[in-house]
Amino acid sequence: MNLLAQARRLSELGVLGLNERNGDYISALNPRHLYPLVDDKLRTKELALQAGMAVPELYGTVHTDHEADHLENLLEGRDNFVIKPATGSGGDGILVVAERKRDDRFRLIGGQIIRLGELKYHVSNVLSGQYSLGGNPDAAIIEYCVRFDPLFDPISYLGVPDIRIIVYRGYPAMAMVRLPTRQSHGKANLHQGAVGAGIDLLSGRTTTAVLGNEPVDEHPDTGAPLAGVQIPDWMGILELAARCSDVVGLGYLGVDIVLDRDRGALILELNARPGLNIQIANGIGLKTRLRRIDAVADESRDYRQRAALAVELG
Amino acid sequence: MTKSFVGLLAAALALTGLGTFAYKVFGLGYPVTRNATVDVWTIEARISFEGGAGSVKVSLELPTLTPGFTILPNQENFISPGFGFDTVYTAAGREAVWAVRRAEGRQTIYYRATVYADPAALEQDTTPTLPPVPELDEIYESAMQALVTEARAYSADDATFTAELLRRLNDPSPGQNAALFLSQVNNQTEKAQAAATLLAGNRIPARVVRGIYLQDQQRDALPVPWLEIHDGDRWRYFNPANGEQGRPDNFLFWWRGSQPLVHVEGGTDTDVRLAVQRNVTSAMTIAEARAARARSGIANFSPLALPIQTQAVYSILLLIPVGTLLIVLFRNLIGIKSFGTFMPVLIALAFRETQLLSGLVLFSLLVGLGLTIRFYLERLRLLLVPRLASVLTVVVLLMLCISMIATALDMEMGLSVALFPMVILTMVIERMSVVWEERGAAEALQQGVGSLLMASLCYLVMGIDVIEHLAFVFPELLLVLLALMLLLGRYTGYRLTELVRFRALSSSK
Repeated sequence: MNLLAQARRLSELGVLGLNERNGDYISALNPRHLYPLVDDKLRTKELALQAGMAVPELYGTVHTDHEADHLENLLEGRDNFVIKPATGSGGDGILVVAERKRDDRFRLIGGQIIRLGELKYHVSNVLSGQYSLGGNPDAAIIEYCVRFDPLFDPISYLGVPDIRIIVYRGYPAMAMVRLPTRQSHGKANLHQGAVGAGIDLLSGRTTTAVLGNEPVDEHPDTGAPLAGVQIPDWMGILELAARCSDVVGLGYLGVDIVLDRDRGALILELNARPGLNIQIANGIGLKTRLRRIDAVADESRDYRQRAALAVELG
Repeated sequence: MTKSFVGLLAAALALTGLGTFAYKVFGLGYPVTRNATVDVWTIEARISFEGGAGSVKVSLELPTLTPGFTILPNQENFISPGFGFDTVYTAAGREAVWAVRRAEGRQTIYYRATVYADPAALEQDTTPTLPPVPELDEIYESAMQALVTEARAYSADDATFTAELLRRLNDPSPGQNAALFLSQVNNQTEKAQAAATLLAGNRIPARVVRGIYLQDQQRDALPVPWLEIHDGDRWRYFNPANGEQGRPDNFLFWWRGSQPLVHVEGGTDTDVRLAVQRNVTSAMTIAEARAARARSGIANFSPLALPIQTQAVYSILLLIPVGTLLIVLFRNLIGIKSFGTFMPVLIALAFRETQLLSGLVLFSLLVGLGLTIRFYLERLRLLLVPRLASVLTVVVLLMLCISMIATALDMEMGLSVALFPMVILTMVIERMSVVWEERGAAEALQQGVGSLLMASLCYLVMGIDVIEHLAFVFPELLLVLLALMLLLGRYTGYRLTELVRFRALSSSK
């Protein structure tokens, strides 16, 4: 393979690389002092609630090992829930409990049975910072486990599919839906083996998809075609994403949204360093979109107008 | 804007680094390879005499102002068993003075020094005052005036005047004025002294200097006179034997003035021998001496000015930036991941002690065993810090075991295991087990192999002799590395692995 030709070709296609993302976009548009707003999922939740945006309900937080020892009190009456580190990254350290069995045993979404003691140990690992950025002491969040919309049933294997939208300077730039697979153990992170399916910004319909770095047409576990799935209330989702940018003030933002059967679109988390595989999922270089947004970006528009304009640009 | 500023900053840093480097190499002669040598000359004066009943005082003229040569500092030896010794500065230069109350029998005194060719050692003499016209007998007076007038008529300046004068004194059939002076002359030294007198007649400062030719291995070098004149601007050198201007490259000025090289008071049967021996010495030594003389401050601002033990530390520390630059290349140009950003550099430093192959074996062994134990500890559900502490303790015990087993088996390599940075090992084990659990064994092993690959490459590059030497002797080159790092810090092109990663995008259309 001719490397230089390949680099030139990628550049012509407007493919964004890690160095450029870090050096030209993240460092210029995401002031460091705003990172904690998105790195700490508790604060993100708080901000979103203040702005009146829907998030998965917070059941409780664990800050000390003593609280971890009495985890059962927090879980009282909860049959399913999610335990996650407040400052985790890349989906590490997230446990999705699908069902409470007898005798303090729980079934994880992957089918694995786990004891209360093991849950407590996991929480204590979270607290000591095993999954946090930089290994700092952390808190554990216990929250509502999304009952996801049956829409994605045919194209996801267990787990919670979510929609990732890159919001650039307040304008939705690119979107994909992340579909868990057997390989990803029900998690929706692409580098853990989830499928990413690009979404056409105009229609809200899935287009091409990627598994790892390779394009795929069908879900590897269910065999259902990945393209052509219509996301309901697409405009509303884009507006929600555009609004997140106002709330946290980051100019280059990844917004993760889940579709709940009962509660509609919920903001799952925000990301100050969203990955680049979304380009492969969509089969489009991100820079082409970012440049188009640069050409029209204007502080005066509110999130609705920005979402509407983004649809036209996409 | 930022990009161009970074470019300017990088250029400034690189220029500073390369400029200093160039000055040290071309100006001061710092060697760019480790074992570069230069010729030096060991000169020796051996004075022997028969001691008498009374006190003895020996004085020896020492080389002081030596155009074209420099005496290595701390390399001058005065060997004189039983004598009191001092060096004194005189109008003509430096003198070594030995003295003893009683010295019976044959006495031998040595003076030894090392000199090296140093073109910079030329201009450090002061400008002399104009000499008075010598007062001579009437007959000499008029001969001098005549000679000066003649020579002046045939010359344009002080240098040509001197040459003209020496030509007359060396003429096989000299004119009567020259012959008058030559009638008093018995050897070349006296001829040079006569010339100096005549030059004073024209108010040109002149002095007679005696020196030796530095040629390979001489046991009994003869001092040869030379004539120095000052033309109001600088000193010029003339061979009194033929009037040629200049100083042969291998001619070392030893002492000035009309007095003999050695003067022994209270001794008899004095024998003086000058010996010359060609030697080689490390180019480093000479460069250091030259830098110290140039007062550039560079000699002080060099790792070589540090105490030896500290030097040993810095010879390794200064290599670390080389390794970190490699890491930057790996990360941002190639896109290989490792456990811990700079972990491979530290592992590479450990490899320096263990050698590569046994280092790799030991490292894999320790991490493998540590991981096994870490997985067991996972079941005990320990808190993070106590668990890390436990792993660290187990790592130390494992290292001890490996060393003891190796000693029992008479294997050398096992002993070097103790040099592995334990904390680094522990962190590698911890991170690897987390990646193992969260992302699977494949990813963990891939990152582990990636780390070892980077460590091996860092080890190989940091072990290149020239790089070790350059990093230590020319720390200013680190500024160039810094410049490269700054530039790489603003590199926004693709990483090599991304060309593969985004392959699907470029082939889809």
